[in-house]
Amino acid sequence: MSLPIDTTIDTTTDITAGERAPLVLSGRGYKDVTDKIAGIVENKLPRWWLPAFATAFALSGVCFGMIAYLVATGVGVWGLNHPVGWAWDITNFVFWVGIGHAGTLISAILFLLRQKWRTSINRAAEAMTLFAVCCAGIFPGIHVGRIWRAYYLAPVPNSNGIWPNFRSPLLWDVFAVGSYATVSLLFWYVGLIPDLATMRDRAKTKLRQVIYGFFALGWRGSNRQWRHYEMAYLLLAGLSTPLVLSVHTVVSFDFATSNVPGWHATIFPPYFVAGAVFGGFAMVLNLLIPVRKLFGLHDYITTRHLENMCKVILAMCCILSYAYSMEFFTAWYSGSPFEKFVFFNTRMQGWMAWAFWTMIFCNVVSPQLFWFKRFRTNPYTIFIVALCVNVGMWFERFVIIVSSLSRDFLPSSWDQFHPTWVDVLTFVGSFGVFFTLFLLFIRFVPLVAMSEVKGVIDVKKDEPDELVAATEMQVHR
Amino acid sequence: MSQFPIGSRATEAMRLSKKQAASAGLYGMMAQFESADALVDAAEVVRDAGYKKFDVYSPFPIHGMDEAMGLGRSLLGWIVLGGGITGVITGVGLQWYAAMYEYPLITAGKPLTGFAALIPFVPVTFELMILFSAFAAVGGMILLNGLPAWYHPTLKRESFARATDDGFFLVIEAADPRFDVDVTKKLLEENGGRAIELLED
Repeated sequence: MSLPIDTTIDTTTDITAGERAPLVLSGRGYKDVTDKIAGIVENKLPRWWLPAFATAFALSGVCFGMIAYLVATGVGVWGLNHPVGWAWDITNFVFWVGIGHAGTLISAILFLLRQKWRTSINRAAEAMTLFAVCCAGIFPGIHVGRIWRAYYLAPVPNSNGIWPNFRSPLLWDVFAVGSYATVSLLFWYVGLIPDLATMRDRAKTKLRQVIYGFFALGWRGSNRQWRHYEMAYLLLAGLSTPLVLSVHTVVSFDFATSNVPGWHATIFPPYFVAGAVFGGFAMVLNLLIPVRKLFGLHDYITTRHLENMCKVILAMCCILSYAYSMEFFTAWYSGSPFEKFVFFNTRMQGWMAWAFWTMIFCNVVSPQLFWFKRFRTNPYTIFIVALCVNVGMWFERFVIIVSSLSRDFLPSSWDQFHPTWVDVLTFVGSFGVFFTLFLLFIRFVPLVAMSEVKGVIDVKKDEPDELVAATEMQVHR
Repeated sequence: MSQFPIGSRATEAMRLSKKQAASAGLYGMMAQFESADALVDAAEVVRDAGYKKFDVYSPFPIHGMDEAMGLGRSLLGWIVLGGGITGVITGVGLQWYAAMYEYPLITAGKPLTGFAALIPFVPVTFELMILFSAFAAVGGMILLNGLPAWYHPTLKRESFARATDDGFFLVIEAADPRFDVDVTKKLLEENGGRAIELLED
């Protein structure tokens, strides 16, 4: 397999032990970073943008059309039945909220771990988080049935003086996802302020100057500001780290605190968090590999960035595979006939087996390619595996939710689930919402954190490396 | 005095005494530096010369600059601590009031009184603690930085646009008691400052 970029330049993955690869290639200096990244927002629309946006926007129209149809008609337009009262709606919710986790992991946890390579990708990954959480929010909102009663989720007493049940994980979820969306937005915005100031100072038209200037809050990059800014960023990273772990933990409580076979497991919180990071990194790669190519960002998002993300995916794949096998072991070891039945009969064989084996292939088998360097440094194979992982993670949630509900304790109440066209189009449409937001983001907001990349551009001052030396000369010329 | 490319008001101000200069609309003196390292060195010199009202501007935070400028640790952590405590009190208070006092509802046979009754309230309390802390972190940062500030004397200078691109600047305010147009200019020049300009308020 041949690499689509010149490996004689990008040697970031060919380093020997003890050496550090440069984070920015071709000896780019501060000005190059500004010109390149701000240029993406300032230059003429690339030819592909408008058709892509039109497609995504039309798809999001499909999503909202389906929601309107659902609200006007009732949840009967979905394939839900008794006992399968949760199916695609909650699957989609968990799928989207899980995707968000990679963004926070990159922006917060890698920041605390001082992984400087995160600077090139954190902005786009955080944006992805926000948009994924927007998509996630749609589904629990509309699955309540009487959507005009959705305010029952809020901590206010209803007309009968009854409060929501604070002992229910479903209400915990409202607080967890609500806090997560808010904190992610704040974190993203704080990271954006210096770059918005850059956009303001480069603005060629009054309108741009006013809009970017308004959101930049008058930032001027003074050290008396940076001092508090850096502290705020550090604290937000420190707050987001336990937050992101708590969000998918609480999501898993929706299942784990029930006594439904296949859900009632203490391994769920870590298992769900690992799965979320796994799926989220795959989505980051699916988004950034095309963006990198379309905008020529190879000097900023190097092969090493891609490889590092593949390594995270591989690590998460191992945790997930362990969790999958442990679920089977626990079911067997529990001696509970219901638990055993769900795992060994409903999931591995029967009408849902195809979904289970799709999940196993996508989540357990396909990422094994990343043990080999040639696969985890080739954007094409990375893209395909990441796509597999996204499909697999959707199926994981589908398998967990539907198999357990469709075959619970009483055989007389068993039923199967068949999605309707409304189910399918709402889910497909949610990708339209996601991509509409993402395309607007890459058009109007600098998609790489310029001020952060500038901060790491010459981090390897004392390390003898030709590329580093070249970077040095450029920076200090 | 003609070497200062600035409006007549400021040029006039330079002939006046320090107090008069401040009132006549002079904000301070701005110099540009080669690199982040040069800026750190200059900040140390300015600090040691006894100036207090000065600031440096750079496109990214520079490590070691706080010490170079003689600044302590940011107080933001305490504000965030306050936010977190408020969040915990709000979370426990809200849930205690709603689920233990105003409308006690037995769920799954769990206790309604005593410490054990508080255990199911941990997740919501935790989330509110994080939420309030995050608001405190962002709100506190904005307040401590005096933002939003859509007007500032530096932002008027076209050359200053480089501060958010690739430029490194140092500004000494005219309000500093040690500020003197000639002495300050000499100090900046001797320590690598280029393109020295006076800023109108």
